[in-house]
Amino acid sequence: MPTIKAGEEYGFFTDTSVCIGCKACEVACKEWNQLEGNNPTFLADSFDNTGDLDAQNWRHVKFIEHVPDQSATTGDGTAWLMMSDVCKHCKHASCMEVCPTGAIIRTEFNTVFIQQDVCNGCRNCIAACPYGVIGMNQQTGTAHKCTLCYDRLQGGLEPACAKACPTQSIQFGPLADLQQAADVRLATLHSQGQTQAQLYGRDDKVYGGLNAFFLLMDKPETYGLPNADNAKLPSRNDLGGYVGAAITAVLAIVGGLIAFRRRGMG
Amino acid sequence: MVYLAAEHFVRSPQWLWYILFYFFFAGLAGGSYAVATLLRLSGEARDEPAARIGFYVSLVATVLCPILLTADLGVSWTRFWHMLVDVTPGETGINFKYWSPMSVGAWGLLVFGFFAFVSAAEAWLSDRRGSPLVPPFLNRVFNVVGAVLGIFIASYTGVLLSVSNQPVWSDTWSLGGLFLASGLSGATALIGLLMRYRPEAAFSLARLHQAAGYFSALELALIIVFFVTVGAAGTLPRVLPWLALWALAVAGVAAGLVGARGHMRVMMAGGSAALARVRLDTVVVSLLVLVGVLALRAAVIFSAQ
Ligand code: SF4
Ligand code: SF4
Repeated sequence: MPTIKAGEEYGFFTDTSVCIGCKACEVACKEWNQLEGNNPTFLADSFDNTGDLDAQNWRHVKFIEHVPDQSATTGDGTAWLMMSDVCKHCKHASCMEVCPTGAIIRTEFNTVFIQQDVCNGCRNCIAACPYGVIGMNQQTGTAHKCTLCYDRLQGGLEPACAKACPTQSIQFGPLADLQQAADVRLATLHSQGQTQAQLYGRDDKVYGGLNAFFLLMDKPETYGLPNADNAKLPSRNDLGGYVGAAITAVLAIVGGLIAFRRRGMG
Repeated sequence: MVYLAAEHFVRSPQWLWYILFYFFFAGLAGGSYAVATLLRLSGEARDEPAARIGFYVSLVATVLCPILLTADLGVSWTRFWHMLVDVTPGETGINFKYWSPMSVGAWGLLVFGFFAFVSAAEAWLSDRRGSPLVPPFLNRVFNVVGAVLGIFIASYTGVLLSVSNQPVWSDTWSLGGLFLASGLSGATALIGLLMRYRPEAAFSLARLHQAAGYFSALELALIIVFFVTVGAAGTLPRVLPWLALWALAVAGVAAGLVGARGHMRVMMAGGSAALARVRLDTVVVSLLVLVGVLALRAAVIFSAQ
């Protein structure tokens, strides 16, 4: 682990092909960040008993259980997929774009961070985040999500989830190093015939690139991630929305003026 | 885990009752101010009482808006002013992001609040004096600026929903216009309803209904645009569970259209029996329109959540 320096870009490379679904990341995250977790419920529809990323779950191991009728071949991870999901720390972050208070900032490590003393709980970021990452903490009345262990980075420590992950499915480091490692891993998988393996967020096709990017064993949609065509920023609708309103306004004013024009009544 | 609409993987912001009523009152606040201004611009002195009702309505509705918005913040309510001032340590300053409708809207509400207050105060003082307080020309210039802001307040809430990644909301560009048209018809309905308490304002009633007819026609066109755009995006299934609310909204639109037609006829026929019917019609039509304004917003808000 190289020394962590302010001014450098850091992130996660989550390699889902080696995730075993142990949820050590979820536990380590809760422990370090003192997240109480939601009240236990038994979802009983999956090995995934966490449900979603939210104010209490900043890492969430997704289980995608499309088990085929015929048994899968050894090491063929497509039948049963696991992915430790997390805030993507998007280069072009939808949450940051809409936040009216300026609570969401980019840190000196180029990660996306919600300042708890600035956020006022308006939830605009929740409406905006295309990955369903952010949740409201009802006690504090503020928006919560993965901080990429901002406090640990400041202290020169790697994030708790990456530290705990026993298979190195979660790797932390300078972004350029992670991208290189991902390219090598992808080439290896392709050479082994795993042609469905693909990187998500490694390049700038989704949200200008993700600081927390993934190696997936299926299409992004299978994991509940928007593909490059669907990865759009909220501001795409600014112009259309206002133009629609402006045209309506002009027509309504004309209508009003016609209706109210003086007709010499009475 | 089952994901319904293929292209949206978002969480819902849980904007519920406070926000629904905020949208409702914002539509009425902005709409009433705009309608009152249009009445003043008619140049007909006998429209002034109805215009003043509009300015009063606008102020009352405007006062409710920040209260509802603040209540929606829950335990963080004391931080409502963070919308305007960035308190980031070491980087404090004014918050204004023209690309974030919530940020623009917070400022819009503040500035429009000033216009709504001044215009209502002017109307009140003029009512007490029995003659206009401010020269009509000055008043109209002020009102036109206020009406532009009012139109913004009535419409930006729809744009705010669209500027997100939520299903339905972000799949259409029609919401700003839709909320504006419905806010305007709601405003005419409310002003018409309140004329009971200010009989001399009834002079404007027929033309108010006519205007409501135009606004309702616009609203109907935009409802069609909404369904077409959302249908094209493939998120119509999220809208379907709320069809009962849409039916109420369309009933409100229909009431606006029928009311306009009825009044044209009554106006031409004249007579006191006809006028008595107008009163009853107005109450029924206005209530239907107002319920429609609320139902429309509820249908839109709930379909994404
Ligand atoms: S994943 Fe969501 S919360 Fe994280 S930076 Fe991107 S938009 Fe913001
Ligand atoms: S909830 Fe907080 S972080 Fe999210 S948009 Fe509102 S102020 Fe910003």
